Order: sequence, then C-alpha cells, then structure tokens
Amino acid sequence: MSLRSPLSRVLGSGSAKEGTDHWWMQRVTAVALLIIGLWFLVSIASLADYDRAELYRWAGYPFHAVMLILASITLAWHSTLGVQVIVEDYVHGPLLKVSALLLNKFLHVFLAAAAVLAVLKIALGDSL
Amino acid sequence: MSNAERPISPHLTVYRWPITMTLSILHRMTGFALSVGLVAFVVWLEAIAWDVIPYATFYEVSHSALGQIALLGWLFSFFFHLCNGVRHLIWDSGRLFEKSQAIASSWLIIISAVVLTTCYWLLV
Repeated sequence: MSLRSPLSRVLGSGSAKEGTDHWWMQRVTAVALLIIGLWFLVSIASLADYDRAELYRWAGYPFHAVMLILASITLAWHSTLGVQVIVEDYVHGPLLKVSALLLNKFLHVFLAAAAVLAVLKIALGDSL
Repeated sequence: MSNAERPISPHLTVYRWPITMTLSILHRMTGFALSVGLVAFVVWLEAIAWDVIPYATFYEVSHSALGQIALLGWLFSFFFHLCNGVRHLIWDSGRLFEKSQAIASSWLIIISAVVLTTCYWLLV
C-alpha cells in the first residue's frame, strides 16, 4: 500500500514531467490575450497620425503602459508555447530539436524583456 | 520483411480533405505568423522608445506595399486565430464536437475572420 495521496501521484506526471502545465497555461494566456488583443486594436484605432510623438504619448499613459507590458509578456509566453509545439512536431534529431527548443525560449524571453524595457522607458523617462 | 498487405493505420492522406482540416492547419500557420508578428511588434515598441531603429524608417516600411500586405496578413491571422481559439476553448468544455457543428462553426469562423479583418482594415 502506498502512503502517497492520489493527488501527489498525478502531480507532475506526463512524459515531460510537467503535468498539464503547458496545456493549461496556453489556455490562460489565450483568454488573457483575447482581452489584451481587443483592447490593443480598439485603443490603437483611436489614434490619428501614428507618428512617433503621438505613439510616445499614447504608450506613456499609465494604463496603456501597463497593458503594453502585460501584452508583451503574455504574447511572448503564448508564442513560446505555440512555437514549442511546432518545433516538437517538425524538428527531428535530438541535438537539433533541443537546440531549437532552447533558442525558442531564449528568443521569446529576450523579446519580452526588450519590450518591457521599451515601455518602461516611455512611461518613466522624459517626455519626447 | 515488408508486407504490403499488412493493415496500416489510417493517416491524413487517406481522408477526403474536410474543411475542419483546413482550419486546423490554418490555426497553426496563423499562430506562427503571429509569432513572427511579435518580433515586428517589439521592433515597433523599440522604435517608439528609442528611435535607434528610426521610427521614420519603420513608418516608411510599414506603409510600403510589402509592409501593408504583411500588416493585412497579421490582422487576418489575429482575427482568425482569435475566432478559432475561442472555438478551441469551447471544445475544451466538451461542446460543439458533432460533425455538423464542427463544419458549421468552421465556416462561421472563416466568414467572421474575413468580415472582421475587412471592417477593421477599412475603418482604421
């Protein structure tokens, strides 16, 4: 007889030892992006000229800056999960596959960090 | 060793191509297109923030014929991925799995994505 609870036995199961994390986070970020994406399209549609000065002011509003940071992180997260599945399906050979998966993660984290820094600069730095 | 008579498991190629398969592969293709779009999105933010990649250049490229085609493609990809994504969430709840429902919702998604893309493109 095992003393482990049924819950502890299923936690972290699956071939990648991550349980349902990939699946679940894909759904969570999907719902978040549904909201963020529609906000972005509506908000960006209200602009007039799309020149740098106007966009700088727009992105600098605290609410917009917060939404842009959330957008960057959530997009990168959702995109990593999606590209990971594509790599797993189409890239073969252990070395090539692992390299592609690592590159996928690194590139997405880099993109997210760069985007967050850009938004912080706009929101906290001097006005243009 | 090989025995041609041996039964093989059915694969994609033995089926007549149904609309649901088009939606399935389009979901993946638009998703990947949007991942590429994420790079453009970040470059756009960098251009606004620092002007290192001059915003004027970014503006010019995005207003060229090629840039406009890319933007239109990303817009369609966004709406398609969004609509089909919502169907995936509904599928997760166990609904809409009947063959007739899957086919009907497929067409609804294609029409919605095209209409939304057209409306947004013309309005903005």
